[in-house]
Amino acid sequence: MRRLHLKDHRAEQRLFARRAAFAAALAALAIGAVAARLVQLQVLEHRRYSTLSHENRVRLVPLPPPRGLIFDRNGTPVAENRPAYRLEVVPEEVPDLDALLERLGRIVALRPIDVERFRALVARKPPFEAVPLRLRLSEAEAARFAVHRHEFPGVDIAVRPARHYPAGPLLAHVLGYVARIDADDLESLDPVEYRGTSHVGKLGIERAYEPLLHGRVGMQQVEVNAQGRPLRVLERARPSPGRNLWLSIDLRLQRVAHEALGDASGAVVAIDPRTGEVLALVSAPSYDPNLFVNGIDPATYRALARDPDRPLFNRALRGRYPPGSTIKPFMALAGLEAGVIAPGTTRYCPGWYMLPNDERRYRDWKRSGHGVTDLYKAIAQSCDVYFYDLAVRLGIDRIHDFLARFGFGAGAGLDVAEEARGLLPSRAWKRRARGQPWFPGETVITGIGQGYLLATPVELAAATATLAARGARVHPHLARAAADPGGAPELLRFAPEPPVRLADPRHWEAVVRAMVRTVHGRHGTARGIADAPYRIAGKTGTAQVFGLGEDEEYDPETLAKRLRDHALFVAFAPAEAPRIAVAVVVENGGSGGAVAAPVARRVMDAWLLREGPARRAAR
Amino acid sequence: MNGERIGLPGAEAARRAPGLAARLHLDLPLLLGLLAVAGIGLVVLYSASGERIDVVWRQLLRLAIGFGVMVAAAQVPPQTLRRWAPWLYAAGTLLLVAVLAVGATGKGAQRWLDLGVVRFQPSELMKLALPMVVAWHLAEAPLPPDARRVLATFAAILVPVALIARQPDLGTALVVGAAGFFALFLGGLRWRWLAGLAAAAAAGAPALWHVMHDYQRARVLTFLNPERDPLGAGYHIIQSKIAIGSGGLFGKGWLHGTQAHLEFLPERATDFIFAVLGEEFGLTGTLALLALYLFLVLRGLHIAARAQDTFGRLVAGALSLTFLVYVVVNTGMVTGLLPVVGLPLPLVSYGGTSLVTVMAGFGILMSVHTHRKLLSPS
Repeated sequence: MRRLHLKDHRAEQRLFARRAAFAAALAALAIGAVAARLVQLQVLEHRRYSTLSHENRVRLVPLPPPRGLIFDRNGTPVAENRPAYRLEVVPEEVPDLDALLERLGRIVALRPIDVERFRALVARKPPFEAVPLRLRLSEAEAARFAVHRHEFPGVDIAVRPARHYPAGPLLAHVLGYVARIDADDLESLDPVEYRGTSHVGKLGIERAYEPLLHGRVGMQQVEVNAQGRPLRVLERARPSPGRNLWLSIDLRLQRVAHEALGDASGAVVAIDPRTGEVLALVSAPSYDPNLFVNGIDPATYRALARDPDRPLFNRALRGRYPPGSTIKPFMALAGLEAGVIAPGTTRYCPGWYMLPNDERRYRDWKRSGHGVTDLYKAIAQSCDVYFYDLAVRLGIDRIHDFLARFGFGAGAGLDVAEEARGLLPSRAWKRRARGQPWFPGETVITGIGQGYLLATPVELAAATATLAARGARVHPHLARAAADPGGAPELLRFAPEPPVRLADPRHWEAVVRAMVRTVHGRHGTARGIADAPYRIAGKTGTAQVFGLGEDEEYDPETLAKRLRDHALFVAFAPAEAPRIAVAVVVENGGSGGAVAAPVARRVMDAWLLREGPARRAAR
Repeated sequence: MNGERIGLPGAEAARRAPGLAARLHLDLPLLLGLLAVAGIGLVVLYSASGERIDVVWRQLLRLAIGFGVMVAAAQVPPQTLRRWAPWLYAAGTLLLVAVLAVGATGKGAQRWLDLGVVRFQPSELMKLALPMVVAWHLAEAPLPPDARRVLATFAAILVPVALIARQPDLGTALVVGAAGFFALFLGGLRWRWLAGLAAAAAAGAPALWHVMHDYQRARVLTFLNPERDPLGAGYHIIQSKIAIGSGGLFGKGWLHGTQAHLEFLPERATDFIFAVLGEEFGLTGTLALLALYLFLVLRGLHIAARAQDTFGRLVAGALSLTFLVYVVVNTGMVTGLLPVVGLPLPLVSYGGTSLVTVMAGFGILMSVHTHRKLLSPS
């Protein structure tokens, strides 16, 4: 035993000696490689580097590219760059940053958030690079600093372009905004291209089209004296500015839609069904995106974030609402396509519906019932019983598969990142998400757009556009064209979605006729807007609002308001050759026909009845 | 103890000959080598800092603390270190987790643990604890290690490396990983394991590339090719190469480096101080410093080879090779041979929390060398 141990010990020692010798050889080799490199640099290439060193009076300074401008479809600027004074510090030229900040704070206002951001950037940037401390100095502050400039070596005022949104809240939910690059952004941005850039798109168009709007960094070679002070610019590689962008949004139409909503919370989305161009996208209430560009102060932000009307919430893209009766035209198409009904098929509506072997009564909104009802009447007067029956005959899986072809539950595929998806329920979904089987009663209420079914206003508008185009599905988009500065705009391309093809294309016309009757028929639920000089196909909807949120306080007045139904309306016009499709949601608005339809009407009027020149420009 | 010595007067005299160094458990060649490197460092630092004597004084204080730590570490017998190894490793791992959880953010990444009075970087502890725990684990059984032990060792290496890489501090993760790996390699990790490891890395790289985001790829490209970013990493390298190359055989003379003094050379007192040496002292200076470093590494390996037990051998060897990694990665970076990784040049770069760790490592080497017992096989 003892001998064995000893033998092991020796073997191990020999093994280690071999490995150590190998490591020593490796060490000599590695050091030798560095030594060889030094011989190369210091002997063989010495002359070259010696010359370079003599000529080394040159520093490279990054030139950030000007960000691309954004216009509405008629060329009105909606995001521009305005000159702004900013205070910059070169950290390596400042011996004591704390003392400097303290003294500077007496001359210009420094908020804690400015200092915090500044310090984070100083830690990450090379010490010889200027770091912004305050953006947008007022004229008075800039003048005050200019007087004291000699007391602050390493600190200077730079005139830099700053983003400004002239339309303010009107386009906040479309454009989003740029804000200062923070530590998180640095992780995800190309360090070369963003050297010198201070702002990055955080939301909306500004975020989605960041690569297009940003441009490419340039640099200049600056000759410096022996103290490192810049003397003159030797060479410049100009930055290539970001490309300019044209929205498909019509600012005028956007304003009409915004004003039509009045003080209500809600959303309006208008799409050209022939191209997928989003003509207006309103989420109300809104906020001023200019607040965010240079860092919103915490108090203002808290006020916005805590506002019960949630102005920061993009209802058009992210609001998920039960579509209510606006789903009925699509249900009708599903029934026609499946052969479950024909346009002339009638049902008797006694004012309620019952499943076989079930005691529960599903009520029609009209207590007395609609009597004998065909498809046209069922849509025009929004008969619930007809669609309870149709949904049960179709079954949830066929409903799911058909509605999915219109994009329900999948998002409209808009060209911004924030879009949410609605919810298109199915047996498989319920088993997966809830761990429960599907109940027949849930199919019944799906028929009138209640239950689990949820859609965003953008989804509703896109599906309505598909209906308007008789199945041709476009890819809705907010940006229309882009151009290099000075260049001609080129239309952006968006691949169309696979079209919805029906076995019998006449079914499109049947449903469109029913929707026209909704507006222009004597008993149509939207007959209040029938006096238009063009024909409108529409569908009203009211979506029940379920219960109180658990944390909402009981206040009879607001409670009454917040429990009121959401008013919905989808429409397109002119019915024969549609040029605009609209979806309107008015939160707690009550009746779709009385509240939401007039909003859509004003939007359609503004688009279809506008004066000649504007219209030609839009084409 | 004394009684024994009196009985052997001849041996006693021989043992006394080295004098103070031996009594303090110090290894004279290592000590002289370290002092020489530190001395060169201070001379270069004075120039690199723009002739600021206060910077030199502060660095001298740090060095004094470093040497103090080294002397203290040399007093701890290797057997004690071996007993501590698993506990140090466990504590280090827990602290790394704590850093990720609550660590104060220093320099943009979470590396520090604020203990009120001192700020402590647990990854530094791991640079010592990991090779120790690997050596402790491998010394339990005959070498070369069997597959189970190899796999356990890999796990022990990967956990702290992953934690440090998440901070994120890739440079330190590299050093810690290397320290653990060296102990395993010296312990006789079979060549076929090494080949398998290399193959796995080669196979894994394209897959990793495939799942990375565009910006992450951009980062890797800049890392591999600094010229891609002529204003950032590329600027450092270009200026550093000019500084070294223009130094020539004998340099421009102390305090006469134009690159450094005209502030073209970034980080000249810290990560890029080797370029200042190259500019002002030429090839003569750079090769002399490299020779000193190589001497320290080889002396360390020699100590390892003469150590009396497996634990001592593996720890001493791994620490010596880790020191080599610092030297080669830093000088390789400054001369444009290797990508830019923020590792300091040991004993020469200004500041650096790693100085204390490096000196503690040399203290352990000395302890292994000087705490010798009569060989007893049991």
